[in-house]
Amino acid sequence: MDKLRKKGGIGVVYLLVGAAGFLGASLRYSIGIFLFHESAVFPFATLTVNLLGSFLLAWLMTGLLVRFSLPAHLKTALGTGFVGSFTTFSTLSVETVTLFLDGKTALAVLYVAASIFGGLWMSRLGFRVTKGEEAE
Amino acid sequence: MSMFHFLMVGMGGFFGAICRLWVSQVINKRIVSRFPAATLVINLSGSLLLGIMVGSGIEGSLFMLIGTGFMGAFTTFSTFNLEAIQLHMDKRKKELILYNVLSYGGGILLALLGIELGKLFG
Repeated sequence: MDKLRKKGGIGVVYLLVGAAGFLGASLRYSIGIFLFHESAVFPFATLTVNLLGSFLLAWLMTGLLVRFSLPAHLKTALGTGFVGSFTTFSTLSVETVTLFLDGKTALAVLYVAASIFGGLWMSRLGFRVTKGEEAE
Repeated sequence: MSMFHFLMVGMGGFFGAICRLWVSQVINKRIVSRFPAATLVINLSGSLLLGIMVGSGIEGSLFMLIGTGFMGAFTTFSTFNLEAIQLHMDKRKKELILYNVLSYGGGILLALLGIELGKLFG
């Protein structure tokens, strides 16, 4: 019985993470379409969702989701499912290579640097917001 | 934006997110380490596979489904940075640098390899 319940629980997590992944991926696509031009020379769309998502995940996982007692599988759906699918690494890698192959080496280096330092900085900011909330 | 493309990306995202959860659970069960190996394996394999798709010239709704949707959601930037900043806060500087070098260096090289491989197929 316990084993059955456990199996059912795992199934629900996968379904919730999938549904959240649907929303996260389509929101990433929508932001790329509505806020940015496809012909832009610099991949602003991916950089924007990646930096935004890095802040959001750190803030959710250390602050918001810790303070509110949500069921564990809902937290996994929000963090792993929604924010995890909203941001992307494969597109970042391919866009960097495309810039290199197009001879835009400086832009490629700038893109990687902005991702490395921006991503770490935004994650840290998410943690700091949490700490600030705890201090209040 | 067509509604059809939107649905394709969403459907790809549904399965991409589930696969990421599944792969990370399988890897974390086998490798007991404080180094975030699961996300690294996911991001590197996803970079190679998306490169192959781009190189082979897959476009339109099929690319929306398996490229933007599935591979986009399978790989992740937010979890990567959350793990990186945790390494930083645990003062494990060597692992933080290694994680970044392997992720960016490996991701870019594998995407390049994928694009070249894709051109052979395409």
